[in-house]
Amino acid sequence: MDFPFLFQTMKTLLAALPMTLALFSLSVLFGGLLALLIVWMRVGGNPVLSRFARGYIFIFRGSPLLIQMFLVFYGLGQFGFIRHSFVWPALREPFVCAVLSLALCTAGYTAEIFRFGLRAVQPREIEAARAIGMSGFLLVRRIIAPIAFRHALPAYSTEIVMMVKSTALASLVTVWEVTGVAQRLIAQTYRTMEVFLCAAIIYLVLNFLILQAMALIEHRLSPHRRAAVSLVPGGLPVSR
Amino acid sequence: MAAATRLSVRNIHKSFGAHEVLRGISLDAHDGDVISLLGASGSGKSTFLRCINLLETADQGEIVVDGERIEMTVRNGRNMPVSRKQIDRIRAELGMVFQSFNLWSHMTILDNAIEGPVHVLKRPRAECIAEAEALLEKVGIAEKRHAYPAHLSGGQQQRAAIARALAMKPKVMLFDEPTSALDPELVGEVLRVMRSLAEEGMTMLVVTHEMSFARNVSNRVIFMRSGEIDSDGAPEELFGKGGSPAFRQFIGTFGS
Repeated sequence: MDFPFLFQTMKTLLAALPMTLALFSLSVLFGGLLALLIVWMRVGGNPVLSRFARGYIFIFRGSPLLIQMFLVFYGLGQFGFIRHSFVWPALREPFVCAVLSLALCTAGYTAEIFRFGLRAVQPREIEAARAIGMSGFLLVRRIIAPIAFRHALPAYSTEIVMMVKSTALASLVTVWEVTGVAQRLIAQTYRTMEVFLCAAIIYLVLNFLILQAMALIEHRLSPHRRAAVSLVPGGLPVSR
Repeated sequence: MAAATRLSVRNIHKSFGAHEVLRGISLDAHDGDVISLLGASGSGKSTFLRCINLLETADQGEIVVDGERIEMTVRNGRNMPVSRKQIDRIRAELGMVFQSFNLWSHMTILDNAIEGPVHVLKRPRAECIAEAEALLEKVGIAEKRHAYPAHLSGGQQQRAAIARALAMKPKVMLFDEPTSALDPELVGEVLRVMRSLAEEGMTMLVVTHEMSFARNVSNRVIFMRSGEIDSDGAPEELFGKGGSPAFRQFIGTFGS
């Protein structure tokens, strides 16, 4: 085994890790915000907005992310009004296109995950909040969202891990993140196995850390679902 | 001098589709009144209670809480409140205790109790905690204040729910079958708390099937039948000779 080569490869690939992390964190951030908007449209009660949200979710969940990314990267520039608008300097950047399409796509999935979380909120807990005089944003912020988020968290962790892996597609629109750099190395060295192995290890370690963090958050947010052995002597543990 | 009127309800009507659940209910509750609402299931007593704090919107009628009339209007053929703000304010003055407790599952008992005072009434947190701890002490679950609802028995949960409602310093307490979801051996602990509240002069409306509570704790009993008030009077009177034949028959089913 050629350790110096592996070491050198790892070093080169790790130099591209900040780019992968930037793609990941920006798209999760913007995708999450967009998902909130879409889920609000979806369940808000306005039939037009709800239909729009359904259509959005269908399109972005139903078509390949790679095609969405190509459409954003190669497609948008074909429209004159976009090419001549103030957003063009940003949209001609491969990085912006990649973040945009990743965010648009994850927003569709995340909106559905949040919606299932909302459906798990017990109406009687909402009613109890109304009965003490809560309504509107206060009710959402204090009662509905915290409960819904706890229910959504396991599915949301999966989506986040998927997003880490989806950033690899950005290499196909010329963003030099880990996978893109790996392919460039392979083109130079023809050593497919070692290079991709190193890349895979980077993604695995990254996802391991993210999953640990998510599990920690989940644990911190769900003491009410764990057994309270010390509190209920002889009682049955209340487990998940 | 007559005690102040805490709650005045006039001519409440409510239908669910073609089914008329309430057919003109009126009621005045004065300071310190403890009114038991009795009736077979389906007689409309819970719906009536829920109309008072607008968890259900009555189709018709007037509600005045501590002198403040709830403004209603008809929009798209439906009766509805004019101002959400007013409803929120009125609800904060009416403590509600539910049959199935309805505690917030993700919060500790103490957090449940301070949620309203801190976030609805916007009072200083430290003050609210001190008051809530005193209330939890009063209902006998102070040692459970850092536990979560799922870790408590039904009776403890209901007492926590009562403390949560009391933390808002309500002018009237509404109880919607507070002991119906409890195992028989846990009913007593909740009734004891309610009894001590009554003795302290809290104005209470209690939908219940507990005849002993209606008879011994409340100062007024209202028996509802098919959406109307069938009998209304002091418990001695109704449980004595004054009750209607329907009321006699109803309490007969409880074997008392």
